[in-house]
Amino acid sequence: MTALSPTTTAPAAGQAPARPVLSLRDVRITDRATGREIVHGVSLDVTPGRTVGIVGESGSGKTLTCRAALGLLPAHVEISHGTVEIDGTDIATLTPRRWTALRGTVLSAVFQDPASYLNPSIRVGEQIAEVLRVKKGLGRRAARDRARALLDAVRLRDPDLVRVQYPHELSGGMLQRVLIAAAVAADPRVLIADEATTALDVTVQAEILDLLDELRERTGLGLVLVSHDLALVAQRCDEVLVMRQGEVVEQGPTRTVLHRPRHAYTRLLIDEHEQYGLERFRTPQEDA
Amino acid sequence: MSTPAPARPILDITGLTVRYGPRRRSRRALHDVTLRVAPGEAVGVIGETGSGKSTLARTVLGLVEASAGTILVDGEDVTRHGRRQWRALRRRGTVQYVFQDPLRSLDPDLTVADSLTEPLLVRGVPRADAVERARALLTRVRLDGALLDRLPGEISGGQRQRVAVARALITEPRLLLLDEPVSALDSANRVQVLEILKELRDAGTALLFISHDLGSVAGVADRIAVLHRGEQVETGTAAEIIGAPRHPYTRLLLGSAPTLRGPAPSSRAERDALRALLPV
Repeated sequence: MTALSPTTTAPAAGQAPARPVLSLRDVRITDRATGREIVHGVSLDVTPGRTVGIVGESGSGKTLTCRAALGLLPAHVEISHGTVEIDGTDIATLTPRRWTALRGTVLSAVFQDPASYLNPSIRVGEQIAEVLRVKKGLGRRAARDRARALLDAVRLRDPDLVRVQYPHELSGGMLQRVLIAAAVAADPRVLIADEATTALDVTVQAEILDLLDELRERTGLGLVLVSHDLALVAQRCDEVLVMRQGEVVEQGPTRTVLHRPRHAYTRLLIDEHEQYGLERFRTPQEDA
Repeated sequence: MSTPAPARPILDITGLTVRYGPRRRSRRALHDVTLRVAPGEAVGVIGETGSGKSTLARTVLGLVEASAGTILVDGEDVTRHGRRQWRALRRRGTVQYVFQDPLRSLDPDLTVADSLTEPLLVRGVPRADAVERARALLTRVRLDGALLDRLPGEISGGQRQRVAVARALITEPRLLLLDEPVSALDSANRVQVLEILKELRDAGTALLFISHDLGSVAGVADRIAVLHRGEQVETGTAAEIIGAPRHPYTRLLLGSAPTLRGPAPSSRAERDALRALLPV
């Protein structure tokens, strides 16, 4: 990430928290078609270099919450209460043009199925270069060079080859790296990863999450990790929200949520892991 | 390997190698795999994309031909069986299977009762007895007898997978082959199916449990074999594989799987070091 300052680091614990780049206050989401409220109040803050996790099954409202923050709710679905602030600006005041300018540059996202976010008939290097031309105003040659640097930064083994390949020539893990390269191309300050590693092998999942961690540490990127897997979120996030049927049933620092879960649903998720996870085989670790 | 075999294995695979494609340009999917599953034993096979785990499942079911090695099912060498012999073996019901997608093992046009009773009716079991047995099996997989009249499309995914397990059990198989049986299920259904599998194992059925998910395999399997790019890189008891993995790939796999408590199983630097040890 040559364009991003490599010296920016995550604020150490205990330090005064930086101003949030993304801030949700009691966000409620309603389906106008049915009049039904689908998400019943989500509040969270993402500060630079921090990771917030949202855990929930399908239908829990975690994806809608992300889409609300990105201004990408389906046509008949709206934020019916509460506020979303991006870098101090209430999104309710944003014009479509301002939204387009913000997406990618301040707030960006990657999703579960990377192939569906890429044009199958354009080489992946060109697709990243296009983001750079549109969002950063780079010239053709500069955009191409920068796209190559980004493919290298997401640790694709052979960026010069990948650059000229089409999406169908790449594996799922490689495609997700390309998508991450495109998502961070315009130096966003917050990246939302919604089930971004769900479809990948566990070793590839770890590679992708390691990459996001590395970007976070190096550039101060704020992360929102959304997953159905409590363990994944627990291991990577400073703060966790547990959602169920549109409700945040538990929220707090990861350690507190894991060690003193208050809601039965959180306990159920933890129990399932302890009974059928790898935990059973590990010697219990000191709770430092 | 000094693991004592408690009884004659139901499944005995030795040096199994599978190649795909024309002879000169063939691609090796599986190389020199040796596995034994005894009655009442659950053996897990762990592997990711391209590990050869699905090839292994298909070979054991006679859907893919072995290039080398032998497969013995209940003492019978099935390696060179022709299609007819395989069909006869499957009809006997000694080996049954459950796949990730229950719609692959259930006929969408047959009610649950029909799917379950068909293998018994073919053998001349009176209908009333067959239905009674189907009902008992549904109870065993924790489903209500009222589902007997439903079509697979009319019940939930979790119920469907439990029906698929019941269907596999109706012939009282001695070996149950499970290829990603819980991967498509939510957590509540996953736990239920895993519980059912443990009961089966305890009742003496041999299980070959193939999956990419270490956690669910570890919950059921006594022994685990790890496949990586067609090679059997490590085999041991579940406690050995998960508690003290030796091969870099197994260590990477374990270091990559998220766990709830304690520090991360391995650091980013450790994972990078392990990745560097594996072939590109």
